Amino acid sequence: MKVFCAFLMDAMKTALKGGPLYYMWMSFLLVLIGITAWSYSHQWTEGMVITGLSDQVSWGFYIANFAFFVGIAAAGVLLTVPAYIFHRKDVKTVVVIGEAMALSAVIVAMGFVAVDIGRLDRAWHVMPGLGKFNWPNSMLAWDIVVLNVYLFLNLFIPMYILFKHYQGKETPVRKYFIWIVITCFWAISIHTVTAWLLSSNVARPFWHTALMAPRFISSAFTAGPALMIIILQLVRRYTDYPVSQSVIKMLAIIMAIALQISLYFVAAELFTDFYFEGAHAASMHYLFLGLDGFDGLKSWIWTAVGLNLVALTLLMIHKTRENMVTLNIACVLGFVGIWIEKGMGLVVTGFIPTPLGEIFEYSPTLMEIGVSVGIYALGAFVFTILTKVAIEVELGRIGKHKNILTGVGNTGARAE
Amino acid sequence: MTDQQHKDDNSIDDQNLPDLAKRHFFKKLGMLGATGAAAVTGVSAAVDMVKEPNKPSWGGATFSDAMGDFFQDHYTRMSDEEMNDALERIKRKAKRKFGVDITCEDTKPMPDTYFGYALNISKCRGYRECVEGCIQENNQGRDSQVQYIRVLEMDEGDSNLEHSDHYYDPATVPVAGKYYMPVQCQQCDNAPCVKACPVEATWIDTDGIIVIDYNWCIGCRMCMSACPYWARHFNWTEPQIAAEDINPNTNYLGNRPRMKGVVEKCHFCTQRTRKGRQPACMEACPTGARVFGNLLDPDSEIRWILENKTVFRLKEELGTEPKFWYYTDEARART
Repeated sequence: MKVFCAFLMDAMKTALKGGPLYYMWMSFLLVLIGITAWSYSHQWTEGMVITGLSDQVSWGFYIANFAFFVGIAAAGVLLTVPAYIFHRKDVKTVVVIGEAMALSAVIVAMGFVAVDIGRLDRAWHVMPGLGKFNWPNSMLAWDIVVLNVYLFLNLFIPMYILFKHYQGKETPVRKYFIWIVITCFWAISIHTVTAWLLSSNVARPFWHTALMAPRFISSAFTAGPALMIIILQLVRRYTDYPVSQSVIKMLAIIMAIALQISLYFVAAELFTDFYFEGAHAASMHYLFLGLDGFDGLKSWIWTAVGLNLVALTLLMIHKTRENMVTLNIACVLGFVGIWIEKGMGLVVTGFIPTPLGEIFEYSPTLMEIGVSVGIYALGAFVFTILTKVAIEVELGRIGKHKNILTGVGNTGARAE
Repeated sequence: MTDQQHKDDNSIDDQNLPDLAKRHFFKKLGMLGATGAAAVTGVSAAVDMVKEPNKPSWGGATFSDAMGDFFQDHYTRMSDEEMNDALERIKRKAKRKFGVDITCEDTKPMPDTYFGYALNISKCRGYRECVEGCIQENNQGRDSQVQYIRVLEMDEGDSNLEHSDHYYDPATVPVAGKYYMPVQCQQCDNAPCVKACPVEATWIDTDGIIVIDYNWCIGCRMCMSACPYWARHFNWTEPQIAAEDINPNTNYLGNRPRMKGVVEKCHFCTQRTRKGRQPACMEACPTGARVFGNLLDPDSEIRWILENKTVFRLKEELGTEPKFWYYTDEARART
């Protein structure tokens, strides 16, 4: 217990100490969080009328981001599986960064749900025991369960391992392997349940498709690695933590495959809706072609398609996938493309037209974006601290862990 | 409202503070950690509260009422005493907000009653009197223009909802070549909204009416995504109603004033129908297109319609089992 307190104290000190760049970065994030606090206080006093939402389009930017970031969280598994199931030492070195990313993404996702509910003061109504929890009927109830458990798993497994390292101990993997397996299944479950949150609605033909969950997983496994590739490079640049190029190569290949599957699923949806266009195709028609003169999302979705196709091309050509400049371009394009497609493209379109056939468009207000920026920033803030502490422990700068730079030797030896 | 009345209200609060707020407070102290949200109400309010404990600075409520609201339990778990406290708070809140004395009851469903509604689309002429009657009866926010009933103007020979006009506004109705189809909550027996709600804030009561505990709704709008009839409406801001437009006869699971951030919808006028009266829309309809009644009563008019008219239900293919039927004047040929 005493040692654990020391661990926490050292972690805290690590979080508070840093170079000027570190302070600038963290202050910048705090400013964004401040913008959110200010914007949300308006939403709290005036109501959600400050958003662009309406009875017609009752979910928008917040829920779109929620769905997207649950996907990023789920993608943490893409490091866990190679590290622990396929025994890739190079991946195992950075798996803690993947876990930090998953944890931060869950926090972002939960943040977006928190600002989306009209009565945050009644959030305790969802707590089992105290509140009244409509489980197993309500998919939202399921989502609350799986997200909280995933948060817990991604907090305690790395913390346990890091704490052992801090004490200079090495825990045999078999001791916590069962939790790793659970986390892997759980990662898929959080994003599946989030997809079912949408696809369970018979009222919304656009969402009511069995392909929704597979689409979510494939797009998450595109955007997740994209973000991870960029983050790993940042870690490599700004710290002396060893990030093997072989990990980035592996993620790039995962991304190349997942993006193809994702686009294939979109194509399958398009065929089914457009080959013989029934009433159920109205939303898809609105999204891609516009409906009755309304086409607010048309340029948006075609941008996403374009970005994804360019990203795919860059990823499929061996040279451009290996070249870090073009790979980074592919990552940014793929990330933004998926963010558009499965965010606003998927969530908002489900509401247009309404079940009574009304077309009412939505676009987020400045206030809505103001509420959102700090939620992203909070995720980045948490991620920065977690990664910083993890790196210091792993490099033996705090605690008694053997420095993996000098102790274990070069990582990634068996990558190819 | 006079100052004297205001003081009276406050004196009630004084009595309730130890009794109500504290009791709930200690019972549920454990969950405080999870609900930092109360802090959002603002430091200034807290300062006011210390200086003047009875000043309604807590979102227009006194501290004790705000706490009472905060810790209020789910409808089905409230004791009679807790329900009375809740009803008193509702009345006080209406008095403060609108300056109107209202009554608010918790009217229970009648025994052996299961309500259904039938609407004769050949009689409907698109006057929207039902919409107006509903608003006057059910205290919907006037600024926010919440309407429980939407009358769709349809082209003859076409029942595609996407071709309907929701905002028809000709000089006179009906317009030649059009017919009119009012849609409101269909009170589904297999209700997607009830299934979707994560906190059981909405349920099918024993008389078949889908009700909402506005004090339990967390405003997630899952039910709005789930409803195939677009029957549910959200209070995007605090509903505003002029004092003279308030209907003071209210019901807990019905037309009592709502707050911002919660969902509401047609509840078959529980405040009327649970006392044997017609719903307001039926009373308002000048053409006799609407028939409301007890489906368990074999002699009821609605039963006669179901047995003798050709009826249909909206989006029946979704399996929602609405208790809202549409029919036309043409009688069904009997064998």
